[in-house]
Amino acid sequence: MPVRQQADTKIWKRRTTKAQFAVWFGWLVGVAIFVYCWRLISEKTIWFFVTDAPKQAADMAERMVPPKWSYMEVLWAPVWDTINIATLGTMIAIVIAVPVAFCAARNTTPSVHFVRPVALFIIVSSRSINSLIWALMLVTLIGPGVLAGVIAIGLRSIGFCAKLLYEAIEEIDHNQVEAVIATGAARSQQLSFGIVPQIMPAFAGISVFRWDINIRESTVLGLVGAGGIGLQLDSSISTLAWTQVSLILLVILATVIVSEWVSAKIRHAII
Amino acid sequence: MLRIEHLDKQYKTGDHALKDVNLEIPKGQVMALIGPSGAGKSTLIRCVNRLVEPSSGRIFLGDLELAHLGSSELRRARTRMGMIFQEYALVERLSVMENVLSGRLGYVGFWRSFFRKFPQSDIDEAFNLLQRVGLDHMADKRADELSGGQRQRVGICRALIQNPDLLLVDEPTASLDPKTSRQIMRLICELCEERQLAAIINIHDVLLAQMFARRIVGLQLGSIVYDGPPENLNAEVLTQIYGEEDWEATIEKVEEEDEELDTAALLNIAKVHPPS
Repeated sequence: MPVRQQADTKIWKRRTTKAQFAVWFGWLVGVAIFVYCWRLISEKTIWFFVTDAPKQAADMAERMVPPKWSYMEVLWAPVWDTINIATLGTMIAIVIAVPVAFCAARNTTPSVHFVRPVALFIIVSSRSINSLIWALMLVTLIGPGVLAGVIAIGLRSIGFCAKLLYEAIEEIDHNQVEAVIATGAARSQQLSFGIVPQIMPAFAGISVFRWDINIRESTVLGLVGAGGIGLQLDSSISTLAWTQVSLILLVILATVIVSEWVSAKIRHAII
Repeated sequence: MLRIEHLDKQYKTGDHALKDVNLEIPKGQVMALIGPSGAGKSTLIRCVNRLVEPSSGRIFLGDLELAHLGSSELRRARTRMGMIFQEYALVERLSVMENVLSGRLGYVGFWRSFFRKFPQSDIDEAFNLLQRVGLDHMADKRADELSGGQRQRVGICRALIQNPDLLLVDEPTASLDPKTSRQIMRLICELCEERQLAAIINIHDVLLAQMFARRIVGLQLGSIVYDGPPENLNAEVLTQIYGEEDWEATIEKVEEEDEELDTAALLNIAKVHPPS
């Protein structure tokens, strides 16, 4: 008992002795696992390479500076592609995710036993596959290029947007919907007057957030030939053109910073 | 206007919320439904507009039987019943005007409502009602910017713009301070008087019920245990509805306020029907 009688005073402790022991034992197990894993990894590491790493890194950094600024003229087009891949992919994802979310949310789904599992399956399958892998598959299906990237980003984002959106739908205040129902509104009107206004902030937040993530994801899609700046990154690394690599990394950094700034602004404006 | 016959409601959880309730409310009557929490007050009015499905029994609105209507007839029937909620239940992120106009959803098609192209007559009526409750300058404000009393006024407008025959009012004052509570109750009663609406007002505040309603129904564990004028609510009846408590203070206070109210009521009647 956390509360124990001792003479006239009641002694209170956060946990019972048993619970305290369990917590202590939990920590013990945790530490033991950590030590064991450390040993396992250390045995399989070639420590010579690791100790050598700082020197290698310094060497690579040296070869990276100064960035080859003139290469920028080649980069403008891929950067534009990258942003387009992210934006178009996000749009496709949103268009598909909205109906999926309404089908997946317990309070709006047309059928809990048939439609909802299908919607949830779409969400899970889209989320479980990384956009790089989607791109890999799509490049073999529809050939290399920006289109493969757009679709890959779109497919990956459906699950993300739909999942967050359906959670938002399930968390709405039912009283407001009930009030709309009580006026004699049809189901479509209940949706547009009772539910949609309540999820608008979440919807805007999710879309912009996903667009922001997609900018970052689309920078690597080129590695598998799905268009965008990753293509240049790949070829620069394989030709050991380190001054180009450093410029590309700087450009990616700048793009991401700008996208974060834009998404923060948009979110602020809408919510 | 409204007739409830042998209404019974048992929830899936096993709670027997209403047991063989019979009630009749004539046109223009404001009835207060009192009773402790869990007595079934909310369930009763929600059964009338079928936000809660009754287990058995029949409910007549005029000649229309409500308990077994199909979904499109039910929607049409719901337009004839305005509802006012405890926590106002305004759609927080819509404007005051949109909230009031949502009371017309049963009358306009989806696309018209989606693009907010309500008929001018609805918009005129919305402005009239907002003016009547003193909020016409707030039409453009978002609902979540309003105070509790103002929100409830918008809720009242939303119910009235339906042009209902019956008002279902669920604890209209539970989230309001005493002064605002009285103003809201007075407003509801005046509007019912003006439009000859029947109303069921769920209220747990006995004093307010006695002040404003001409008929009181006491509900206890899903059964009606009192049905009569407010004057006959004595300690014995209150004990029967709510259980053992010292009721003297409640009863005394009402008698004092009754006198005030009677004069007020007389003045009101004089205003509405000026002697010819």
